[in-house]
Amino acid sequence: MVVGERKPFEEIMKMLEGHKKVMVLGCGGCVTVCLTGGQDAVRVLSSQIRMARDKDGNPIEIIEKTVERQCDPEYVDQVQEIVPDVDAVLSMACGAGVQFMAERYTKTPLYPALNTTFVGGSVKEGYYVERCQTCGECKLAYTGGICPIARCSKSLLNGPCGGSTKGKCEIDPNVDCGWQLILDRLRDLDQMDRYEQILEIADWRTSRDGGPRKMIREDFQR
Amino acid sequence: MEEFEPIIVAFCCHYCAYGAADLAGSMRLNYPTNIRVIRLPCSGKVTPVFILRAFEKGADGVYVAGCMEGDCHFIHGNLVSKPRVLYVKKLLQEVGLEPERVDFFNMSAAMGPRFAEVAREFTERIKQLGPSPLNKKYRKKSDQAA
Repeated sequence: MVVGERKPFEEIMKMLEGHKKVMVLGCGGCVTVCLTGGQDAVRVLSSQIRMARDKDGNPIEIIEKTVERQCDPEYVDQVQEIVPDVDAVLSMACGAGVQFMAERYTKTPLYPALNTTFVGGSVKEGYYVERCQTCGECKLAYTGGICPIARCSKSLLNGPCGGSTKGKCEIDPNVDCGWQLILDRLRDLDQMDRYEQILEIADWRTSRDGGPRKMIREDFQR
Repeated sequence: MEEFEPIIVAFCCHYCAYGAADLAGSMRLNYPTNIRVIRLPCSGKVTPVFILRAFEKGADGVYVAGCMEGDCHFIHGNLVSKPRVLYVKKLLQEVGLEPERVDFFNMSAAMGPRFAEVAREFTERIKQLGPSPLNKKYRKKSDQAA
């Protein structure tokens, strides 16, 4: 899932300065799972904003709404009746959701309430870790299912660097060395021969270096 | 000026604090009338929204009372609730309210005197802090004074 973290409250309040009626729009997708942008988060943030503004004698009207996903036109369309009635929309979706909203509703300012942080998963409830950097060229088959791009701080492709000490990365003693994890796993799988294969220089054009990316399924195009 | 009488919402677990409140009554113990008890099936039912809504509607203080640790009727409801209440302290601070306005207490159904004590102490604490800026009754007065 895409993991997002709520922006500092002060920053959000600054964005809403001068607006009297806004919609706080949650997203029922990834950010609901990571507890930052779903229906509950919308209620909490709206309540906080109302209180902060009320306290300063500058009340604000908030419409609380959550759609299934903000990165799909059909769900974004569901708020078309509300958007013209508000001064601004505060989106609690990831960066993709905010942009889909902004593209659909061109006359209303769209603000992000989250900092989109990474693609990852939940180790346990409320504890999220990065696992993928969407490089566009998956190498997991060669590295025992552990990603050298996302898990190695330097994104090295052929073994650890000299900063690997007792299984930990030099950037932080709490961070596992990605390559140590890969080696241990390959050994367990009896696939050490894969470690011997040299991975060629990565073609970063499939990653962000190639500019904004697209994925098109021809059979769905009409 | 009349003395400030805070409005305090107490979210009480049915299996402990609510029973303790009952016992305090049976024992004819006095505690301040500022407390508004809301009975919940478990303190774990409380989410940050419950507490924030109470403040939004003008409560001066909110506390959640759950079972003693290890005694939750639903195994770990009170252990879930406590960190949530601590998280709400942070949320209140962001808004500009004092984090001391919210707290969590553990007690058993046999602790009637403790219930009364918590009610007294918490009311005293909120009186010291003064009215919440969102308490409309007192805000009107302070606006007029200004």
